[in-house]
Amino acid sequence: MEREKLFWTALMLLGGLFLAGRAAMVGNGRVYVQAETIAETDAGPVVHHRGVPPSQRSEANVSLSWPRTIGLWVAAFCTLGIMSFVLGDNPFYKLMESIFVGVSAAYLMVAGFWDELVQNLFKSIVPGLMRNSFLPGLEEGLQPDLTYLAPLLMSIMMLWRLAPKGAWIARWPLAFFIGATAGFRLVSYLESDFVQQINNTILPLIVYTADESFDVWGSLRNSLVVVGVLLGLVYFFFSVPHRGVVGGLARGGVWLLMITFGASFGYTVMGRIALLADRLQFLFDDWLWLIDPTMQRMGM
Amino acid sequence: MKRTVPMIIAATTGFVLIMSHFIPLSEEWGSKAMQWFNVLAAIAFVLGGSNLMRMNLQKISDRRPGWGYAAVTLIAFLVTLSVGLLKVGVQPTSSFPTNAWAAPYNQEGSSLWWLYEYLYKPLASTMFALLAFFIASAAFRAFRAKNPEAIALLSTAFIVLMGRTYVGGLMRDILPRGMEWLSFDSMTNYIMGVFNLAGMRAITIGIALGVASTSLKVLLGVDRSYLGSGDD
Repeated sequence: MEREKLFWTALMLLGGLFLAGRAAMVGNGRVYVQAETIAETDAGPVVHHRGVPPSQRSEANVSLSWPRTIGLWVAAFCTLGIMSFVLGDNPFYKLMESIFVGVSAAYLMVAGFWDELVQNLFKSIVPGLMRNSFLPGLEEGLQPDLTYLAPLLMSIMMLWRLAPKGAWIARWPLAFFIGATAGFRLVSYLESDFVQQINNTILPLIVYTADESFDVWGSLRNSLVVVGVLLGLVYFFFSVPHRGVVGGLARGGVWLLMITFGASFGYTVMGRIALLADRLQFLFDDWLWLIDPTMQRMGM
Repeated sequence: MKRTVPMIIAATTGFVLIMSHFIPLSEEWGSKAMQWFNVLAAIAFVLGGSNLMRMNLQKISDRRPGWGYAAVTLIAFLVTLSVGLLKVGVQPTSSFPTNAWAAPYNQEGSSLWWLYEYLYKPLASTMFALLAFFIASAAFRAFRAKNPEAIALLSTAFIVLMGRTYVGGLMRDILPRGMEWLSFDSMTNYIMGVFNLAGMRAITIGIALGVASTSLKVLLGVDRSYLGSGDD
């Protein structure tokens, strides 16, 4: 155990020395911004900063951004922290996980507040106040929509769940929530996932090409799709015992589903690999400047 | 009162939304119900955040194992919430140059943008990227070519995995003319466009029927599990 600790400490020290040396010599992990004056006011100009590639660092109005540079290093350590879980559960990973939980929960709350509560609820109930504060673009003379008092009341009832007594009060808004979801999903699923999928499966089994010759591959493809969907549906149809002809067809459905699950598995793994490649590119390109696939530092 | 009223609310809301889809006169009701739904969804996040705070505060006050991480979660939560709600670092836009409150909360350069860009985004995407390792290791332990169906699953997964890599396309140059369809990328396209399409379609139709029947059970009051089992 002691040797293991020593090994990791030495490795971390070497890694830290490499990073410090590289940052001092190459200047990697720096973010540059370009200042742009978007308006002149009595209090002075309103300046926005836009991130630019490091190759543009000598251009006019471009300067090093310390907050974004620190951010880039923080992001790199966050990436490494999460990746460290590959070696097993460790305090570095747990720290990053805790930060992730806190930041993501609060971010969703903030987004919900500004996008829904302000833009939808408060705008409808107190349009005048919103016009004078957060939504100056709101048209003048907009009358309050008092029907929005209902969701306001339901919101208060929902938050009642946090009170020590009377948690049943929160069932009313919850029922609204459940009812709305059920009503909306019932129609949308039947329309897009049931009728539309059946519609897309009704394909010509004999396909001709543009020059009116028989298209073998097209016909085979369509036939396989139609037969495959039917086999899959037979497998999911449990009202009839899976014996005899139905059993044989259901067996074909099992084969089709196995191929589908295999394909979905391969596809999912490759999706995750693409995400991993993106993180590695961030580490090696944006942070360490070891590679430059997007030519961000050309001529430096 | 505690159980009947919620059932009536759920049924009324659900049927109004269904009606609004078919009857043009009630379209307005449907869109209003959806707007109310969005407001409640935003409030649900407040409820979730409050629960998160309560749980972590409890953990800290009880000095339970790992309370330090609970403190980190709480600090991260409160800092993000404060800078987001107060729009810290947000600059006025050209449309309203004197009112910074009118600018978007996630404007480039603002504190919330910084937290999103340099904390949330790398943490979230690395977590999902890590799943590549775990899916692969779980598959290595769980997948066994014990019967023909399992072999079909494994072979398909292998072909699709190879077909989505650089190797998939390379095979095309090696294979003789007319046999290009045997390359991994061609086979992947065929599997995805025929077998996977048919399988997913059958599953999707099954899911749609399941959702429709479950929704009807909720709206008609047959399924009341969302009301809970206790009196309170």
